[in-house]
Amino acid sequence: MVQILERLGHTVECPQDLACCGQPAFNSGYWDESRAIAVNVLSRLKDAEAVVVASGSCGAMLKVFYPELFAKTPHLDAAKSLSARTWEFSDFLVTRLGVSDVGARFPARVTFHDGCHGLRELGIKQPPRVLLSKVRDIQLVEMKEAETCCGFGGAFAAKFPMISTAMGEVKCASAAETGAEYIVSNDSSCLMHLQGLLSRQGKPVKTIHLAEILVRQ
Amino acid sequence: MNTFAAQFREQSLRLTRDLRHRLLIQNALGKYETQRDHRKAAFQDWQSARQAAAEIKWEAINHLDVHLQDFVSRIEARGTVVHWASTAAQARDIIIGIVRDSKARSIIKSKAMTSEEIHLNEALEEAGFEVVESDLGEFIVQLRKEAPYHIVFPAMHLTRGDISELFTRELGSAPTQNPEDLTMIARRVLRQKYINADVGLTGANFPIAETGMISITENEGNARLTAALPKVMISLLGIEKVLPRLEDLALFLPLLATAGTGQPLTCYNSLYGGPRRADESDGPEEFHVVLLDNHRTELLADAEQRDALHCIRCGACLNVCPIFRNVGGHTYGTTYSGPIGSVITPHLRGLQDWKHLSYSSSLCGASTETCPVKINLHHHLLQNRRNASRQKPSRIEKFAFRTYAAIVNRPGLYHLVKKAGRVLQKLHPLVRGTRADPAYGWTKTRDLPPIARQTFKEYWKDRNIK
Repeated sequence: MVQILERLGHTVECPQDLACCGQPAFNSGYWDESRAIAVNVLSRLKDAEAVVVASGSCGAMLKVFYPELFAKTPHLDAAKSLSARTWEFSDFLVTRLGVSDVGARFPARVTFHDGCHGLRELGIKQPPRVLLSKVRDIQLVEMKEAETCCGFGGAFAAKFPMISTAMGEVKCASAAETGAEYIVSNDSSCLMHLQGLLSRQGKPVKTIHLAEILVRQ
Repeated sequence: MNTFAAQFREQSLRLTRDLRHRLLIQNALGKYETQRDHRKAAFQDWQSARQAAAEIKWEAINHLDVHLQDFVSRIEARGTVVHWASTAAQARDIIIGIVRDSKARSIIKSKAMTSEEIHLNEALEEAGFEVVESDLGEFIVQLRKEAPYHIVFPAMHLTRGDISELFTRELGSAPTQNPEDLTMIARRVLRQKYINADVGLTGANFPIAETGMISITENEGNARLTAALPKVMISLLGIEKVLPRLEDLALFLPLLATAGTGQPLTCYNSLYGGPRRADESDGPEEFHVVLLDNHRTELLADAEQRDALHCIRCGACLNVCPIFRNVGGHTYGTTYSGPIGSVITPHLRGLQDWKHLSYSSSLCGASTETCPVKINLHHHLLQNRRNASRQKPSRIEKFAFRTYAAIVNRPGLYHLVKKAGRVLQKLHPLVRGTRADPAYGWTKTRDLPPIARQTFKEYWKDRNIK
């Protein structure tokens, strides 16, 4: 992502003392602990013109859930300000910068998985597809269950592994139907879950992040 | 872990392994989706319709006291007796009282989730009355001594073969796989039951404040017979169902039919306003309305989740929920299953006992996206989680998240933990996928990626040195 943004002439900074947005604690119901992490994120990112996130889920945390997390606290304004400046990567390229062709080439058959947070919290459906459509030699085949949850869901995946796995199987089966070699997404956590399932089951399909495709030339 | 959570986990494990069941449900709901999308397209603008419905429900719920009083005074004016039940037990006692007073022996019922909620059938049977469900799906699950599988499709987990076998066993009919023949078998049994019944019991889709009437929507005509044939009619309805105006039905009836079953309208839509009048040839001699609170007013007092009372029980959130589609309806162990059930059951039956349903969600938001009255379902699941851990935090989890926060807030410590992780992951193969594995919840069915040889932060640092 950094390489692509720099290629496009932007200055990228990455605060070294930030490691997590606090979503794991937030999703598990531990909002105080989540805020302890999130206040640091607010203060470190307060001067950024745009905050670009490579994962729809983390992006949704900053953009949608921070204002909820900080409701009725003195940090609400800072949370709203960060929310307004936060962009999911593909949305940033297509909607904010108006870029659709980053000059990438990726000779493979791929199918796109819509991460739930990117799709339904942030409303991002077209941007990743616009970017993929401009990649040379790529063949994008939509799967039937593109918008169905892959079953990751954070702590849910470990708390209810049987349900999470069943959901992942539905997803992988739908992806396999397209004959794709790669499942592409703009959310790393979904991909970690799907790759974990695929490699355990010895399936040949691989997972890859959208940025990893866009950087190939 | 409490019993309910343990049961949920056990059933989930069993049903996610039952591939036949998963396929059956996913096929059925796939067909529903196609049909629903087709009907949604018939709306000029489905999203505006949802918005309008949400606004009407917002008004209805925010002025529930006024609308209920209007509804009651108008329906009473036509000779209906209205009863207010604060709890499930009160509602059961009221209904048993009415049945006793009318010296009834047999009760015929049309579909009413409120009656499931208060476990009415069991109570009536214990009191010595015969209760017969007249909705075909409900009739089938009653014969199987099961709870409805789904709030709209009670017997969707059964195949024609299952139903044929059940009818042969319980009703002595000849085996048949033909849906029409199966329906006729049930119909022959039910017609006699209507005639024998002394009391008819219905639910309600929409009580109307403006006119003091009850709108009931159905596909089989069984609610009409239930309401028309017996001498006494009882309607059991949740107080949150009231709509302000008669004209609201012009939106809500097609909205409910589209979201619920993918129909433009259900086959029968009736309005009931009171007992038979002197100049009328049919209808009940007595008409009772039982208004059920059962913790609804507590939910009304919760400003954050009040919109959960907007629910019109269409079942759309169940149909699109990937959890429901993989574990099925009975696994929940609740009257209302799926996303809406996970949201409201903690309010109806206790947060600590039922919080596991709020955690058993990937928070994918498919339900929120589909809900025709725009209930913010998955955000309410997050709020339930927050309330549960505030009320009674798990010590282990609290400690874990405090530690986690301390680590990610200290770059040096975070770096150290990552390094330790790289060393420890070399030992992981010794326990991987076994019970001794700290990541067993993950590794039983999935591989875990190794920690990157060079993390992004290390890459960033190196790059800036160069």
